[in-house]
Amino acid sequence: MSDKPVQGEKRVFMTGNEVVAWAALAAEVDIMYGYPITPQNEIMHYWTRMAPKFGRKFLQTEDEISAGFTTVGGVMAGKKAFSATAGPGNTLFQEPMSMAEMMRIPTVVVIQQRGGPSTATVIYSQQEVTMTTFGGNGEGFRVVYSTAGHQDLYDYTIKSFNTAWKYRFPTFVLADGYQAKMREPLTIYDPAEKGIEMVKPEPFVGRPGMPGVDRPTQYLRNTYNTEVELYDAVMDIAKDYEAAMEDLMEWENFMTDDAETLIVAHGVVSRAAQGALPELRDAGIKVGHFRPITLRPFANEELRKAAKNAKKILVVESAYGQFLKLVKEALYGMDLPIETILRPGVGITSEEIVARIKEGR
Amino acid sequence: MPKSWNPETKPHKFCPGCGHGLVLKVLGDAIDELEIQDKVVFGCDIGCSLLAWDFFNCDSIQTHHGRTTPVITGVKRATPDRIGIAYMGDGGGYAIGSQHLVNAATRNEKITVILVNNTNYGMTGGQMAPTTLPGQKTETSPYGRDPLDTGYPTLGPEMVSAIAREGAYVARGTMSNLRQLKKFIKKALQNQIDGKGFSFVEALSSCPTNWRTNAEATWNFVEKDMADYFKVGEFKAPAKEEK
Ligand SMILES: Cc1ncc(C[n+]2csc(CCOP(=O)(O)OP(=O)(O)O)c2C)c(N)n1
Ligand code: SF4
Repeated sequence: MSDKPVQGEKRVFMTGNEVVAWAALAAEVDIMYGYPITPQNEIMHYWTRMAPKFGRKFLQTEDEISAGFTTVGGVMAGKKAFSATAGPGNTLFQEPMSMAEMMRIPTVVVIQQRGGPSTATVIYSQQEVTMTTFGGNGEGFRVVYSTAGHQDLYDYTIKSFNTAWKYRFPTFVLADGYQAKMREPLTIYDPAEKGIEMVKPEPFVGRPGMPGVDRPTQYLRNTYNTEVELYDAVMDIAKDYEAAMEDLMEWENFMTDDAETLIVAHGVVSRAAQGALPELRDAGIKVGHFRPITLRPFANEELRKAAKNAKKILVVESAYGQFLKLVKEALYGMDLPIETILRPGVGITSEEIVARIKEGR
Repeated sequence: MPKSWNPETKPHKFCPGCGHGLVLKVLGDAIDELEIQDKVVFGCDIGCSLLAWDFFNCDSIQTHHGRTTPVITGVKRATPDRIGIAYMGDGGGYAIGSQHLVNAATRNEKITVILVNNTNYGMTGGQMAPTTLPGQKTETSPYGRDPLDTGYPTLGPEMVSAIAREGAYVARGTMSNLRQLKKFIKKALQNQIDGKGFSFVEALSSCPTNWRTNAEATWNFVEKDMADYFKVGEFKAPAKEEK
């Protein structure tokens, strides 16, 4: 039984779901808990084929509430555990993820967004932004990476396990139905050979020795007796989260230095924005693009810097203003007009963005 | 074609050789024979059962995966003169929705649940279901289901009849004996009409698409492999108890 599923560097052509399964293997994940839902099913399908060959495990649970809580249990037992879901499954995941958020449990969940609300479509959308960034009954102390393609899926799936285990915040990889199902070329690699050290998981419960004698007994709790006690606990987490934010926030700037029009987009839509830039620049339009990679925490200051020469902002998303809210909050107080292309559940092309910016002049 | 079917939505959308169409055929016949088309509220789950959302000329509700039982319970509690039918797959009824099935049976809700057992999750592409047989290969049991690792197939009617009380009707039929299946479904509906108690019918059914079987292998699987494991018959019937 080999324990290095990926050796060296390899150029491959895969679907996004296959990429996630390989990345989880490369990230030394021990166990996946899951429940079938389109468009993430093939993550489980690939995982169940490969996992036994590398001594890794899988459990298919009875629903997503269970998939979330078994993931929490696996992590508390000291294993690198993860799950994947979408749409109504993501809704059910919010209960266990609220627990993970409050108890600082390093869970990792890959979300392949599909069209909502309700059960809706099984295809593409960016409509799980609000739920994934703030869906729990807490303060949203979590990390959300929005990926734009297959290389991202590989890189950030691996990274999410390190983020989760280093900072102890539940971590989400937020992709979508297009990324899940389409094939793209990418490079897969063994993280160790790239100098990426994988953080070793540690048990929260069941450490060696006699509890109360050789080591303190663990009392992990999820309930508080008084408001003040809860306040203190939340403020402690808030302090840690604030302190980690600088390290956690990620973003990309494309020609933002002199941009008078700033396109703000995330995930796969960022690629349409990137694609629109050359034609607009050729037409003499000073346009740039800001792409947040972490939607939580959100790089507010960096967006403001990218917008410093802007006369207007164009927010583009495949949802009805979920991402727009994050952008507005970041820009609060800056006197900038915001235009939008909001297409819930529908893909967005470079051509559409080009046309909008040209007609808006 | 049953009178209660909506002819505008036929031919239906199930794969060729799928058992859902046959189960819905006998359900249609039963609705016709009991003359309850105007009273029925038909609920279907997510899963291939959702393809039946416009199947009947009956008021219908297509709801969330595993939640059809509580939705129909809500309808029935609010309007007890309706005939509530909750139609779902084994994933919907025995996995994600199992707590609802257990609690509706325990409360003896006066609804009729029809659960189609095709030993896999059809709509999501053939993953292991609670009813997958030992050794059976699916997308998430690619090396064959190992009961030591994933447990044994759920015996639904056996479980429901163990928790359901006076007035409940519980049976398992099969698409390979449609006359008998219709009799069971009719009794399950009559039980609700009589206001006696919870009614539950599991129907053994085929999914040739995900099983990747031809006609002969499909029939063999339903008639032999499945019927060996899942015993067909009535598990609980108020009429019998009363005698
Ligand atoms: C909360 C939630 N989880 C998962 C799904 C995805 N899903 C759709 S259909 C299905 C399985 C259906 O299988 P089954 O109930 O056995 O019915 P069949 O398709 O075999 O008739 C699943 C898991 C969903 N829609 N909602
Ligand atoms: S996938 Fe299977 S259960 Fe669904 S319609 Fe096709 S044959 Fe029937």
